Amino acid sequence: MSDCHDCAGCAVAEPPPGLPNSARPHVVAIIGPPNSGKSTLFNRLTGLRQKVANFPGVTVEQRVGKARMQRQDRDVMLVDLPGVYSLNPRSEDEQVTRDVLAGTMPGIPKPDALLLILDCTNLGRHLVLAAPILSLKLPTLIILNMADDLKSRGGEVNTAELASELGAPVALISASKGDGVDKVFQFMEGTAAGSTAVTAPRIELPVLQDIPRCRKWAHDVGTGAGYHAPAPPLWTRRLDAIFLHPIAGPLIFLIVVAGVFQTIFSGARPLMDGLQALIVQFGHGLEHILPPSIFRSLLVNGILSGVGAVIVFLPQILLLFLFIGILEDSGYLARAALIADRTMAKFGLQGKSFIPLISAYACAVPAIMATRTIENKRDRLATILIAPFMTCSARLPVYTLIIAAFIADRPLLGHFFGMQAGALLGLYVLGFAAAIMTARLLKSSILKSERVPFVLEMPPYRWPTLRSLGLRLIDRSKVFLRRAGTVILLVIIVLWVLENLPMKNGQPPEIADSFAGMIGHAVEPAIAPLGFNWKIGIGLVSSIAAREVIVGTLGTIYHSEGTEDSIGLRKALQSDLTPGGAVALLVFFAFAMQCMSTIAVVRRETGGWKWPAVQFTYMTFLAYLCALITNEVVRSGIFT
Amino acid sequence: MMLQMSVNNGHLAALNAPSGRTLAQLPEGEPGVLDRLDLPDDIARRLMELGFLPGHTIVPARSAPGGNPRVYRVDGSEVALRRETASRLILRPSKPSAKAPIV
Repeated sequence: MSDCHDCAGCAVAEPPPGLPNSARPHVVAIIGPPNSGKSTLFNRLTGLRQKVANFPGVTVEQRVGKARMQRQDRDVMLVDLPGVYSLNPRSEDEQVTRDVLAGTMPGIPKPDALLLILDCTNLGRHLVLAAPILSLKLPTLIILNMADDLKSRGGEVNTAELASELGAPVALISASKGDGVDKVFQFMEGTAAGSTAVTAPRIELPVLQDIPRCRKWAHDVGTGAGYHAPAPPLWTRRLDAIFLHPIAGPLIFLIVVAGVFQTIFSGARPLMDGLQALIVQFGHGLEHILPPSIFRSLLVNGILSGVGAVIVFLPQILLLFLFIGILEDSGYLARAALIADRTMAKFGLQGKSFIPLISAYACAVPAIMATRTIENKRDRLATILIAPFMTCSARLPVYTLIIAAFIADRPLLGHFFGMQAGALLGLYVLGFAAAIMTARLLKSSILKSERVPFVLEMPPYRWPTLRSLGLRLIDRSKVFLRRAGTVILLVIIVLWVLENLPMKNGQPPEIADSFAGMIGHAVEPAIAPLGFNWKIGIGLVSSIAAREVIVGTLGTIYHSEGTEDSIGLRKALQSDLTPGGAVALLVFFAFAMQCMSTIAVVRRETGGWKWPAVQFTYMTFLAYLCALITNEVVRSGIFT
Repeated sequence: MMLQMSVNNGHLAALNAPSGRTLAQLPEGEPGVLDRLDLPDDIARRLMELGFLPGHTIVPARSAPGGNPRVYRVDGSEVALRRETASRLILRPSKPSAKAPIV
């Protein structure tokens, strides 16, 4: 592919600012090994002007952003490539990197210039990547990141000498502090103006297939540039003596995990209640302002309460990602993964699956988003597929209602642990058991580990920066709210329409006569063996939007039969549902993937409909089968 | 899975290097020089990219409780490996041997 920026005149012919779409953008790709500070630099260059998506057809995350060239008054399109050690296409990450660099990745123009970012505290190993990158003969800036660490630990490198050896400009920067980032902008201004020529390296590039030879080449280049590796990171060694101590290590790990769990589970509660109260108040406000009409009903009872039920989870998601951000940026997450690895390996998973799975107890959506920290694609997919089995907080309203209605609160183990608490605990155990059995099933069949061993790099400990934590939280909120505003909104409107049509004499019908009621009656033969009637059927259909919606739906259905509050609903259920059906309903909810948000996030994270479809089918089948067995067993009277 | 792989290569390893000490046997803090990686080519290359190259010195550092996985200091960074992987990395005899270095 020819380069349209190879003449200096092109820069003059650029269209005036404000018409950026009319010309092909100047594309710069950032490439570097994992832990080189690639994402920090990308955030530094683009700030909030970035978006995350998936490269088409693969699970690799694609981050594209715009960097503003102040002096030229124009934008450069930045592409953040996955972290790789080489361009040998053995993993999806490497394949994607190769495809983007070659210009064969659909939707991403071939880069006009490259930013190669390397950790200069570990230059000997990181410079190896320079060989395949320089052989591409694109204008390349070699960025030596972590300059502050190199200096404070007594290392040094002669950038001018390195630049002349490699035939490419070299910038020594600290992406986290922002030192030297102006040199990166200068380079991009130069390539955007087409004034950067590519010169051949003074030191001949090695044969790329021969890793020992490449490593020796990198060593020679470093020595030639007066590179002195820094002293080992003293503070990291000291902290590891505590965090990886045989006794203190696991204790601290448990405290951290318990702290995260407690905070996202109960610490977020006041925030969620506050948000819920705000939404309800807003609804009341709307009811005052708007005249009673079908549209007010749609707006307040449909959209606001439905979308509100989803947005309420935002505090939980933000808190979880604040924790994960601190754990990951500080370097502790790698230590936690190391400690958890043995336990997770028993289920065929690995240490990095632990935090996402724990998070799934709060909500599967952030948990699935958190699996991005797992580099191994199959382990990540297995974690995504089992996460919805963990008992998320949206199941609690359903569990609470049914347990309170059908299980007598008799003491089970003394007075502090009754039957009801026991039933709830049993449901948590049930979900966990389904998760680990599914993990084993997956990892011994379709997701058998790639022949890549478990490898975990231990980055030095660092202080997380507010800037990076803030950007992460904003990014996750955007992703979450966009979904609440699109897919979920649509489902909620459809459900509302089904519940309120067809109109009878200009009035919404009784729920039994609505389309939703018809659907409930239509599915009744299929769910009757589980002990569910058509009303539960409507509840199940509506709960595909979100599990807890069934409580509201059942409330609406029984409300029209004269019950008002939750005690009334409990009584109505007691007379309308058999004990077998009630326990079967609990089991059904423990296993079924009744959550639009989760389906949407799995589609997004796995880059297609295949995995969410497989997951939904599997979980629904399992839920149906187990509910059927439960109903039969309870009905047969073994336990009475 | 890793386990099956180890079984497949087990006989070969025993034949090739009856006396070769593996990285998994190296006590914490004691440096060892890597001789070869007794692993399929693509996995060996993956580890070599991380610095596990023949001729390089590796120092076992701290580990998860029970010693598995363990962190290894190699080529300026710290990388954790499971025991099943570390036991496929064969070290050179600790005293200088007649065998010429590979690099």
